[in-house]
Amino acid sequence: MDWLPPARDFRARLTAASAGTEITALADLAKADLSFLEIIQLDAAATRAAGQATPGFETTRLGVLAASTVDHLLPAIRVAGLRHGIRIETRAANYGQYRQELLDPGSSIHAFRPDTVLLSLVAREFVGAVPIDASAAEASRAVEAAVADLRGLWRQARDGLGATVIQQSFLNSEPPLFGGLDAAVPGAPGRLIDRLNAALADAALEDGVLWLDVARASARDGLDTWYDGVRWLQAKMAIAMQAAPLYGEFTARLIAAARGKSRKCLVLDLDNTLWGGVIGDDGLDGIVIGEGSGVGEAHLALQRYAKQLRARGVILAVCSKNNLDIAEAAFRDHPEMLLRRGDFAAFVANWTDKATNLETIARELNIGLDSLVFVDDNPVEREQVRDRLPMVAVPELPKDPAHYVRCIAEAGYFEAITFTREDLARADQYAANLERAEMREAAGGMDGFLEQLAMSVEFGPVSPLNRARVTQLVNKTNQFNTTTIRRAEAEIETLSADPGAVLLQFRLVDKFGDNGIVSVMIATLAGDALTLESWVMSCRVFGRQLEDEAMNILVEAAEARGARVILADFLPTPKNAVVSDLYARLGFASEATPDLPEGASRWSLRLADYAPRPTRISRKELVND
Amino acid sequence: MTDAEILETLTRILRDLLGDPDIVLTAATTRPEVPRWDSFAYVTFIVTAEVEYGIKFNLADVESFETVGDIVRQIQQLKS
Repeated sequence: MDWLPPARDFRARLTAASAGTEITALADLAKADLSFLEIIQLDAAATRAAGQATPGFETTRLGVLAASTVDHLLPAIRVAGLRHGIRIETRAANYGQYRQELLDPGSSIHAFRPDTVLLSLVAREFVGAVPIDASAAEASRAVEAAVADLRGLWRQARDGLGATVIQQSFLNSEPPLFGGLDAAVPGAPGRLIDRLNAALADAALEDGVLWLDVARASARDGLDTWYDGVRWLQAKMAIAMQAAPLYGEFTARLIAAARGKSRKCLVLDLDNTLWGGVIGDDGLDGIVIGEGSGVGEAHLALQRYAKQLRARGVILAVCSKNNLDIAEAAFRDHPEMLLRRGDFAAFVANWTDKATNLETIARELNIGLDSLVFVDDNPVEREQVRDRLPMVAVPELPKDPAHYVRCIAEAGYFEAITFTREDLARADQYAANLERAEMREAAGGMDGFLEQLAMSVEFGPVSPLNRARVTQLVNKTNQFNTTTIRRAEAEIETLSADPGAVLLQFRLVDKFGDNGIVSVMIATLAGDALTLESWVMSCRVFGRQLEDEAMNILVEAAEARGARVILADFLPTPKNAVVSDLYARLGFASEATPDLPEGASRWSLRLADYAPRPTRISRKELVND
Repeated sequence: MTDAEILETLTRILRDLLGDPDIVLTAATTRPEVPRWDSFAYVTFIVTAEVEYGIKFNLADVESFETVGDIVRQIQQLKS
């Protein structure tokens, strides 16, 4: 994991961190590139320090159902969890007993009540019986049967345990049988496993199952890195011990992504990062970028990768020590530049230190510092940022620009579990936000600004068409999130079919474009009280009166269901202070409730007393077909 | 590289692995004599030693080592 900085003074830091009162120091140690032995030591220290405070950490339970030995994977998963700000408790079912463990409600895995279940199985169990002379049709039937079998296991895990499922792809450790022809003979073991993986990946996407792709990793690192024949025979380890750290990282990355903790913004340095040379010294025609030289193409490859990330919804920003006009001119005037000024949602070039500038960027974009990835070729800048802002991810960029893309890509900062239409448009929306901000200045007052925006809200129930985006919003939103209750897509599906539940999704459109689905409310009806269990809103549209209009809409929906009162909780997290006074602002009354956690509050609104809140937003209601 | 140096390295590895700074290994030490040196810790120990010395033990070796001295001897042989 060469994107992580080396672990300097591991022993001394481990001792110091173990003696601390917070998990933070141990978690910082997990952000270094550790050997497997160091991972074991760190994991043991973290287990001993179970009493340490875990500020800002989430806790989750992972059940591992495996057809091989996984003792070496569990500490690696737990340590990788610390790296991602999550305390992962693990339990492995007895090896080889995964079917019984899933089916039997009295099993140890049921007693553990996992939030997530990881299936780490062995291909031979599923397609090992296919004869070498199988016809194409027979081979296809065997693959289909294996996929159907596994989907049954997923259903068991989801319905029986209420867990999110991670399916590990099958490592293809089959030796060549025919040679190159293996790829074409339907019954060749190697081909069967490849086909099973391909079919299973499709099924996983369809079923909302997360895909842990060790097969792809082994294609990159080499099978010998991932599969160790001696360890399989000696201890039935299907994943090599030296691959355990990366396996743990992949697992924690998926769990973090499902909890909305993937990074959102790639912040790039300019000189010797996006191009070769120093533009302030070398001039516009002196920098190295573009076709013609290998180094120029290497920097161009980074620009191309950044552009691809932008196209899938990652926000781009610049943070450079440069004169602003010179830096901006490079993007405007250099013919080889692939990225353009308009691709960046924030552009900071000055002589202030980078940590301060990163804080400015996070504030401008209205995202957390822990959403940022900062890419800089200069080790001194990297160290300063890691030291001052440990929540910013800073890849240990290799010296050779030829490896820049690989380093950033393999670090998996932007791991996604879904890809929706909203993602495609996000980077543009952030750029449009800058235009809106400029208009706000021009329009003078806030009211004039909102008037000129010509906003309209499209709202309606949750349907199969928007369910993926709704789930994503519920799980990724950290700031405007009243209770931070996360829900799997299957849960949203169940709720949206429940007559006792009210689910509303809101799309905000204005003169600059469609912001997409930006808010979701989940409420349940009991008697004459509608309880607003979750309310989330994208930070892009804060302060645009959508919260007022959404409440007007909810009140109408509550009245239509015969409710007389709306109840709502606020549960504080380190990130959702923006909604701490939301219900007070909307006219709710505070309820004295003794059994709430520290800092939490309960609110109620009598519908008879509610006066619809005036807004500048027009409405369009959508109904489910 | 002397046997004593290898023994010292193996001792450090096992201390780190089991989190027990008081472990003392000699050529005559066997696994059951060391508390918590179970089969998983044994596999981890073997792999860590392989990485440390840039060697690979044979399957037959790892299944037949009885004393720490056996391991030291095999490391010497693979390094020569």
